[in-house]
Amino acid sequence: MKKMNKSDIVIVGGGITGLAMAYNLANKGENVIVVEKSYCGSGSTFRCASGIRQQFGDEANIKMMKRSIDIWKNLSEQLEYDIDFIQDGYLFLLYDEKEISDYKKYVSLQNQHGVHSKIIDAKEVKDIVPIIDMHDLKAASWNDTDGKANPFKTVMGYKNKLKEMDVEILEYTKVTDVVLENNKGDKREIKEVITDKGGIKTGIVVNCTNAWARELNSKIGIDLPILPYKHQCMKTEPFKYGQIRPMVVSFKHGGVYFTQEGNQGGIIGGYGLKYGPTMDIVPTYEFLKGVSSRISQIIPSMKYAAVIRTWAGYYAETPDGNPLVGKIEGVNDYYIAGGFSGHGFMLAPAIAEALLQEIRTGKTSLPLDFYDPGRFSKGEIRHKSIQMG
Amino acid sequence: MSEVSKEKVIICRCNNVSQKDIEDLIDEGITDIEVIKRVTRAGMGPCQGRTCVPLIVSLISRKAGIKIEDIKIPPARIPVRYVPMGIFALEDKDDEENE
Repeated sequence: MKKMNKSDIVIVGGGITGLAMAYNLANKGENVIVVEKSYCGSGSTFRCASGIRQQFGDEANIKMMKRSIDIWKNLSEQLEYDIDFIQDGYLFLLYDEKEISDYKKYVSLQNQHGVHSKIIDAKEVKDIVPIIDMHDLKAASWNDTDGKANPFKTVMGYKNKLKEMDVEILEYTKVTDVVLENNKGDKREIKEVITDKGGIKTGIVVNCTNAWARELNSKIGIDLPILPYKHQCMKTEPFKYGQIRPMVVSFKHGGVYFTQEGNQGGIIGGYGLKYGPTMDIVPTYEFLKGVSSRISQIIPSMKYAAVIRTWAGYYAETPDGNPLVGKIEGVNDYYIAGGFSGHGFMLAPAIAEALLQEIRTGKTSLPLDFYDPGRFSKGEIRHKSIQMG
Repeated sequence: MSEVSKEKVIICRCNNVSQKDIEDLIDEGITDIEVIKRVTRAGMGPCQGRTCVPLIVSLISRKAGIKIEDIKIPPARIPVRYVPMGIFALEDKDDEENE
């Protein structure tokens, strides 16, 4: 283990958020170390459905995701590793007037912030995904600059780059304790992070453990409402790419979403069935039946596509479905980026950029206030973010 | 076995992963099958590792000197073999009618 000192930063959690955070900090010359209890990506990143979208229904998420996509676009180049980022769009299927009027509002908000989404009619949907069943379909909300990337390759890309930059990533290393010291007044300060492989002296810790965030917070005497829920995903046998290019979403079918994976050609998808709070991630037959019937209602020919795998992962959820990102009150230099509620992968590049600015200068041009980790104790709650799966 | 022939020995037939691909990772110190399968895609095709996982276990054991019983096997998940979505969709419909 490299020798660290007070001003150095310990990032706990080697998922996309922790790695992007480490990369941004190391790029600015900060001395940083990543501690991951298993292998990088093992928590939620490697279990995600790969979608990256700007079509949200509130200003903060739209702005953050607009910035994130700007970063995603150049990430392969930056990391010198092809992460398979493709802008094949997101298509929200709309089946009644109420849905259409809601999405018209979202589209107008997205347009105000420079995201060129639009409402299209059923005929235009047919041009984008010809195999969709047109029965009862009225319209769709469409944005062709949304997309997807390969979570495995993205993690490997960050990891390789960090290695090249001489940043230490301690995999299979578990944080067992955090040593604090009381200062004058009631401000507490972080002194050392203790792991099962030894101690790391530091004054700054970033909690990027998402589904495990409460466990780490408890070692520091902090409790924030982040709870792990089991969500699932399935994948079919591969097909020639181009059958279902965008991420297709329908709230009329229980929050179902699906898209064709760019690299392997399988179709991946899930729906809004959740269990929890729980740490269990064994897939269920209920899911397999539910997802199959929903996807094949939207695309009848999918009945003939064979499912080869199901898996589960966590949505680390907060009361308003928006993450907690920023400085935590009550302890000096303790930060969190967690509780992503299923949006961690897509948000990571922008979150890492905003939190970097916050750590280094105490302010950021991105709307990080929206994700204030202290908002619930102040009695604030955000408008629930658009969330499927 | 020479390096050339290791490239020709296919360990994962679904995703065309060779013995060399696997051994290169083991040489890098990666002996966790969970990581090997995500990097190479071995075990992630239609047979879901039923052919290649035992072979990968054997390669790890021989090359890294880890006892077979100490190598963690990825969990088997449903469906056990690939099944068309229509079959599951039909069952879902039956469930609804019985409710």
